This record gives sequence, structure tokens and C-alpha cells, in this order.
Amino acid sequence: MASMTIKDVQKSFGDTQVLKRVDLEIKDGEFVILVGPSGCGKSTLLNIIAGLESPTSGQLKIDYNDVTYLPPKDRDIAMVFQSYALYPTMTVRENIAFGLEMRKVPKGERIKEVARVAELLQIENLLDRKPSQLSGGQRQRVAMGRALARRPKVYLFDEPLSNLDAKLRVEMRTEIKKLHKMLGTTIVYVTHDQVEAMTLADRIVVLNGGEIQQVGTPDEVYSNPRNRFVAEFIGSPSMNFLSGQLAEGEGGCQFMVDGESRGLKIPKSNMPDLKGDLGKIYLGIRPEQMSWVSEGEREALIELTADVVEPTGPDTLVAGLVGHQNFMARIDPKITPKTGDQLRLQLDMDSAVFFRASDGMNLARM
Amino acid sequence: MPLRFSAALKRGSIYGALIGLALFYLGPLIVMLMTSFKGPMDLRTGQLISLPQELVLDAWRIAWTEACTGVECTGVKGYFFNSVGLVIPAVAITTFVGAINGYALSFFRFRGSELFFGCLLFGCFVPFQAILIPMAQTLGFLGLAQSLGGLIFVHCVYGIAFTTMFFRNYFQSVPMNLIQAARIDGAGFSRIFLRIILPLSVPMIVVSVIWQFTQVWNDFLFGVVFAGKDNQPVTVALNNMVNTSTGIKQYNVDMAGAVIAALPTLLIYVLAGRFFVKGLMAGAVKG
Repeated sequence: MASMTIKDVQKSFGDTQVLKRVDLEIKDGEFVILVGPSGCGKSTLLNIIAGLESPTSGQLKIDYNDVTYLPPKDRDIAMVFQSYALYPTMTVRENIAFGLEMRKVPKGERIKEVARVAELLQIENLLDRKPSQLSGGQRQRVAMGRALARRPKVYLFDEPLSNLDAKLRVEMRTEIKKLHKMLGTTIVYVTHDQVEAMTLADRIVVLNGGEIQQVGTPDEVYSNPRNRFVAEFIGSPSMNFLSGQLAEGEGGCQFMVDGESRGLKIPKSNMPDLKGDLGKIYLGIRPEQMSWVSEGEREALIELTADVVEPTGPDTLVAGLVGHQNFMARIDPKITPKTGDQLRLQLDMDSAVFFRASDGMNLARM
Repeated sequence: MPLRFSAALKRGSIYGALIGLALFYLGPLIVMLMTSFKGPMDLRTGQLISLPQELVLDAWRIAWTEACTGVECTGVKGYFFNSVGLVIPAVAITTFVGAINGYALSFFRFRGSELFFGCLLFGCFVPFQAILIPMAQTLGFLGLAQSLGGLIFVHCVYGIAFTTMFFRNYFQSVPMNLIQAARIDGAGFSRIFLRIILPLSVPMIVVSVIWQFTQVWNDFLFGVVFAGKDNQPVTVALNNMVNTSTGIKQYNVDMAGAVIAALPTLLIYVLAGRFFVKGLMAGAVKG
């Protein structure tokens, strides 16, 4: 159990700056997920926390102790790798016990610890096998078992589920969450899968281009993304963006979608901060934050020309155009539009977010 | 029907060619073995490729204990054990050092490590003859001239270039994550090597042992130049024995001596050959 402080950490490989000034506080027992597209620096950051790479500058503290230049073995951490990295010539039992052995834990305790971990992960019947005799899911369990033995202060997970098939991934996801609930240990977890991030994390750290874009709870990151990158990255299908301008209209402020005559009324509770010269702005709205209406004049109504209709079961995705802008809606599967149909959709303007076009920042957060 | 006939013909010709080639390569060995079992009568009257009329084991005993290698007539026995005493440390040292080198060059990259490896590879291409004089000077300087230690040293210097290359290339297929996991588990440079890398390297160790054993055992030039009078390896003794020109040429003894000299390498191939092919292929395909 430990807290962690990452202060002004930078990392460069030659001329390439992989991490630019990363600051992050992780609380004791927190499940923090680093998420971002490939090459965003999330794995590098994890390796720096693990001690496998050292930062070009900056500081890393675990439980208020400066560990920036300590070797991995002195940091009291454990790591689960994407490739599992099980020792191929050792049995499962030896794999799990290796870290204990290296730390000179007496044999009796080692045996007890292996038994405890094996029971926890339900791999007792696999202990005498070699990694090559295990399935992907079993290897994953053993890799976690190796990390769980010796009860480190912090667990690090580097895309641990990426090599599993879809069904197993969902199962293991649930299991990791249960495990965290039970153990309450601090976890730093890297993934590029935003669904994993949303389902598992206490807090999500969205990275892009070596910079933290936003740190927040899954709900914060989802409902109130700090900028367009976060808004696009989190959520699937992605958030819609309509470019337009704000205008004063009858009964308050309205958003005028480019090329449309009708304004979308913005409720007072969701008024963006309008300091300075705004010029063009984007309205961001998620595909599920709208509903289909059959007829009648409503506030915040748009017309979507359906192009591709994708039934997913619980709901149907309709991709098409609003004016000349791409747009996607998630609607009730009972409505079955065809290509070329005009869909009338009422937007939930309380949930909408607004971004400045110039730098993509969320206006409500100014 | 014609299809099956042509398939059989194809197969038959392949087998025919293979059997023919096998016989061609086995020919010299068969002649050597046959000759070594012949008595003096057979030698004088018989053909080169005739079967011995009677099985005589004398030649083997003479080659082992009595044949003259130059002025001394003690057989190849002593020299055989000289070779054993040379080959065991030389193979062990080159294999072990090659494994450590390959490990360090693969997983603990340092500035210029690739260049270092490139330079080391040059060692594989330097012809033996080119280094005789500088090596003699070096051995003299080190006080190892004309000694078994000196000869072992020369073979290690030459062998390490090859074994390092073997192991380094083999370790290219070992994922870096394995080393990282071990470091997090608390293992250091030597423990990762001994507990994780070395057990993984068995096929490559076998390759290295076969390769080095063959190189060192069969070497003649270094043996004749650097060994000194008391440490001459069996290859040198065989040469001296065959070239000793007193009395009648005892082909049977020469042949028995040659087979004795070749036996250990033959044995190594038979025992470990299975691993040899496996090891050479390992790492070729990422698996």
C-alpha cells in the first residue's frame, strides 16, 4: 500500500521527447489507469515508475521516499507484462516463488505464499506445469500470481489483457477489479483500450504526445473532457463534433450549426464560459445524448441524413451527415431507418460540451 | 497409373541419389576401417578396397602404444590425452565466455555495444596464418610460450568470437520483458544469467560445444606452432607418425591412428548432433 508522486518527469530518447513534464499524484490504494494512443508515452511512464528506465529529469516518490534512481528491486513494486514474461524453463510454482527466493524469503514461507496466491487465483492445479503447457488465460493468471506474491506496495500492469481473446478479456477485467477491491493495493495500469480504462479505473490519466491531457474519474473524463482529444479518445463510438457559432437568440444563447438556419438553444445551466474572442467553436455531443422524435417543433432539433445503419443489438448506430458534417447517433433498435432517410433528433443540450476551435479546449472549464 | 509410376520414379531417383552420395562420403571411412583391420599379408597383396582376409587388431594396439612419431615410439596415446587436456578447458572457457558476452551484448546495451560486437566479429574472419607471428610474440610476452596454457589461450581468443556470435544471435529471440521481469523480481546481472538465461540456452550450448570441440580437436597449425614438445595434440602426432619414413609403410597402423584421432569428434556429433541442427535453426524464426 503506497501513495506515489510523479513530479515534473521528462524523458527523451536522443532528440525525441517522449514525456514532456508529467505531474501526477496517486493516492494510497487507488486504481489509476494510464490510457492513450500508441506512442503517447504511457508505457515509458510505467517503465519509469518500475525503474526499468530512468527519467531524463524529474522526480518519483513512493510513500514520500525519493525512488527516482533506485533500481527496480528496491522499489517494492511488481509488474505484469503484456507478454506475461514467464520464465520458460521454470514451473508455475518456481515462477511465482522466484521473486521471494531472490529476496531471501525462507523456504517455508515461500511455500505458504505460493499456496496463498495459487488459491487466490485458482491455479493450484497448474503449479507443476511449465508456461508452455498453459493457455493464454492461464499464463495471464500466473503472471498475476507472480506479481501478487510477496505483497508489494504497488502493482504495475502493462496492457495485461491485450493478448487475450475478447471473451477472456472481459472475464479477466472483472477479476482484476475484484482483486483490487479485495487487496486494496495501489495499481497503475496501462492500456490503450478506453473501455478497460472506464470500467476499471478509480481515476483515468489520458496521455497524448507525452503530455497529460486530463486526469479524472471515469465519469469526469467521459462527461466533461478537458479538450477535444480526450472527448474523441474516450467513449465508443466517439463523440460528435459540430462546428458553428454562438448567437444571441430569443430566450437566451443559441448554437448555430454551420450551414443550418435553426439554432440549438443552450440551457443556462450549461452555458460555456465566453470570455475573450471566441470565433468558431465546436459543440460536442455523444451519440447516445440524443433521442429520436417523430414530429413537432422542439428545441435543439437536428436532422441527420442516414448513410450507414449498424444494428448492435441493444441499440442501433446511425452514421450520416448533419448539413455537411459527419455525425453519429445511437438510437432505439425499434427505429429502423434506411440509407437516405432523414432522422429528426433532439439533442440533450444539458450534456453537450463546447470546445474552442483554436486550441480544442473545453470552454466550460476555462 | 502413369501418375503413380512417375511419382515412384521420382522418389526412386531421389533415394538413389541420396544413397549414392552417402556411400561416396562414407567411402574413405570404410576404406580406413577396413585397412586398419588388415594384417601385413593383406596389405601387401590386397587391393585398397578389398575386405580384410583375416581380422587383425594389431594395428590398433601399435597405433595406440608403439608407433613411432618421429624419434619416439610410444604411439598416439599420450598425445591423445594431450588433446583431451587441451580441448576440455578450451571448449568450456569459450562456451561460457561466449554465453556471458552474448547475454551482455543482447540485454545490457551500452554506448557503442553494436560497434563492439562488430569488431568482435572480425575475429571470425582473420585467417590462422596471419596471426602466427604476433601471437607467438604475445605468448612469449605473457610467459605462455610453448605451453598447454598458451595453446588453450590461442584457441580461446579465436573461439570466443564465434561463440559470442552464436549466443548473441540466439538471445535476439529472447524477449527483453523476461529480463525486466527478473529485475523487478530482484535478480541481478549474474543471477538472471545463471537462473534464467543459461537454462534457456541449452541448445546453443550444445552447438557451441560441438563447434568448438571440432575446431580445437582438429586444429593442426596452432598445435604444431604453439604447443611445445610436451603438449603436442593428437593431430600433430598423427602427422608425425604418418610421415615417419623408416622401414615399411604400415598403412594399417596409419589408418588406425587416423580413426583414433577422429573418433572423439565423431562421437560428439552422434551424441549431440540432434541438438546441433535444432540449435542452428533456433532463433532463425521468431517463435
